[in-house]
Amino acid sequence: MIRIDSVTKRYPDGTVAVDRLSLDIPDRSITVLVGPSGCGKTTTLRMINRMVEPTEGTILLDGEDIRRQPVTALRRSMGYVIQNAGLFPHRTIVDNIATVPRMLGWGRRRARERAAELMERVGLDTSLAQRYPYQLSGGQQQRVGVARALAADPPVLLMDEPFSAVDPVVRKGLQDELLRIQEELGKTIVFVTHDIDEAVKLGTMVAVLRRGGRLAQYAPPAELLSAPADGFVEDFLGADRGIRRLSFFPSAALELTTDAVIPADAPAERIAASDARYLLVTDSDGRPLGWTEPGEPAAGGIRTDRLLPHGRPFVPGADSLRVALDCAVLSPTGWAVAVDDDGRVTGVVSQQTIAEAIRAAHAQGRTGKTEVAR
Amino acid sequence: MNGFFDIPSDLQHSWSGLIGLHLREGLLPVAAGLLLALPLAQLCVRFRWLYPPVLGVTTVLYAVPSLAFFVVLIDYTGQTELTVMIPLAVYSLVVLIPAIVDGVRSVPEETLAAATAMGFGPVRRYLQVQLPIAAPAIVAGLRVATVSSISLVSVGALIGNQGALGNLLAAAQKYDRPELAVNSVLTTAVLAILCDAALVLLRILLTPWMPRGTGDRREPAVRRARPEPEGATR
Repeated sequence: MIRIDSVTKRYPDGTVAVDRLSLDIPDRSITVLVGPSGCGKTTTLRMINRMVEPTEGTILLDGEDIRRQPVTALRRSMGYVIQNAGLFPHRTIVDNIATVPRMLGWGRRRARERAAELMERVGLDTSLAQRYPYQLSGGQQQRVGVARALAADPPVLLMDEPFSAVDPVVRKGLQDELLRIQEELGKTIVFVTHDIDEAVKLGTMVAVLRRGGRLAQYAPPAELLSAPADGFVEDFLGADRGIRRLSFFPSAALELTTDAVIPADAPAERIAASDARYLLVTDSDGRPLGWTEPGEPAAGGIRTDRLLPHGRPFVPGADSLRVALDCAVLSPTGWAVAVDDDGRVTGVVSQQTIAEAIRAAHAQGRTGKTEVAR
Repeated sequence: MNGFFDIPSDLQHSWSGLIGLHLREGLLPVAAGLLLALPLAQLCVRFRWLYPPVLGVTTVLYAVPSLAFFVVLIDYTGQTELTVMIPLAVYSLVVLIPAIVDGVRSVPEETLAAATAMGFGPVRRYLQVQLPIAAPAIVAGLRVATVSSISLVSVGALIGNQGALGNLLAAAQKYDRPELAVNSVLTTAVLAILCDAALVLLRILLTPWMPRGTGDRREPAVRRARPEPEGATR
């Protein structure tokens, strides 16, 4: 565990970057430091590997003051990922990744094998090994940055706005990749960002810092969204924190109905017999084709070319209530389509039913039984 | 062009001998200048306040005519090659120091931070990160310094036969043989071009990591900072 114990950083000109900050950073999880610019989040991160020395206070790594070992040894035991990757432009990808192992005295061959292994782990084609950084896209460079930080298998990973400089699609890919890697490796990650969505998505714990380097709130993301400590945190979370909080509720418990689901070749009587406002038409495999109104089908059955689009379906086991609600809101009929992993319809659910599930989830959340589904 | 390569015997060298002499008198000062400029530039990077005065001093030294240098130096080093080479080495600083400082400063902030965070000490960081990344800018500076130095060697003729190919200019006058002057100018020019080409080749070999087609990207900045060549007035 990394314990930051009432640490203050004051610069000679009197500026206070970090003000009596105390944080316990749990092992094998992602702790996110988030806040507006000037809140001291990067300074805090850089105090952990002593690129910045605190004015007051101590930082303990597994109970031992980080000042008790040589600074280079400390840094080599902590991977560091930076915005824009900060790769060495004059070294090939494989040599960039092998930097720390080589400094630690590994043989060239072993270091390169390790580098190749890491390239695969972070989703890079090993054919890029002999390229130079300028030949890679921003997203690929950032993956190299992550691989380089992981090269010597350090227990701690410090990440300073690593995904801020790439476009949103690439960023989402990198975030998902990080979560996947973390699941496999279980590092102690300290992650700095100014993006609250990124913090909520990645963090096991989130520390919200305010300008002047003071801690505003330190809590798991679900708690942050449901119970912001004060107006600053609430503002920082943004106007849609209610909607975002739904990401933490599973959609598995939603009550689905199959009354309004019919196959495309259903007999006319069955269609006429339905009292549903809309019917979801499926193909012979049970996959959704689109919505129709019971009065609509002419003689000769359903015209599959005249259906309303069914919109994006959700998977009850895997998706959150937020996704389910989103599907319902986007659906032309106001009903969300639920499918199984193979894309076969398992039922439909109305906005009203989802709203009831949200109320129930909130009630449960208030009694402290929040179930995190991600 | 009769007697084009027929060098008067008082120069004590054949044509190819003069070329060798010229290269030595032109290139050694640049090498010495580089050895001097590297630590000076590193100090300027480390202590920012030092850069403007260092730049000022080198510029003032560059403004001192070589003849004035000779007058002072001749008391100590006599009518020797060394008297010619010392001013040339001093002149090269005015190009080399800014080239190295700019090159080292051009290393991206993230790259430096990443190196520090990975546990590079200051020396290792300088040798393995800053210097290699500054190489293109340094070579660009070397090109200017080398070409200028090669052209300036000729003034050595003023202190008696220490101007290598420049001595041919004096001989052309003395013996009324204009073809020797043509020889001197052409040979000096070709030497300068060949040395420049060699440095371009060196840059290409040193920097396989640079995007192709932008290899000369850093040179305009250096060129702008370069004082006008004024070999003829020295």
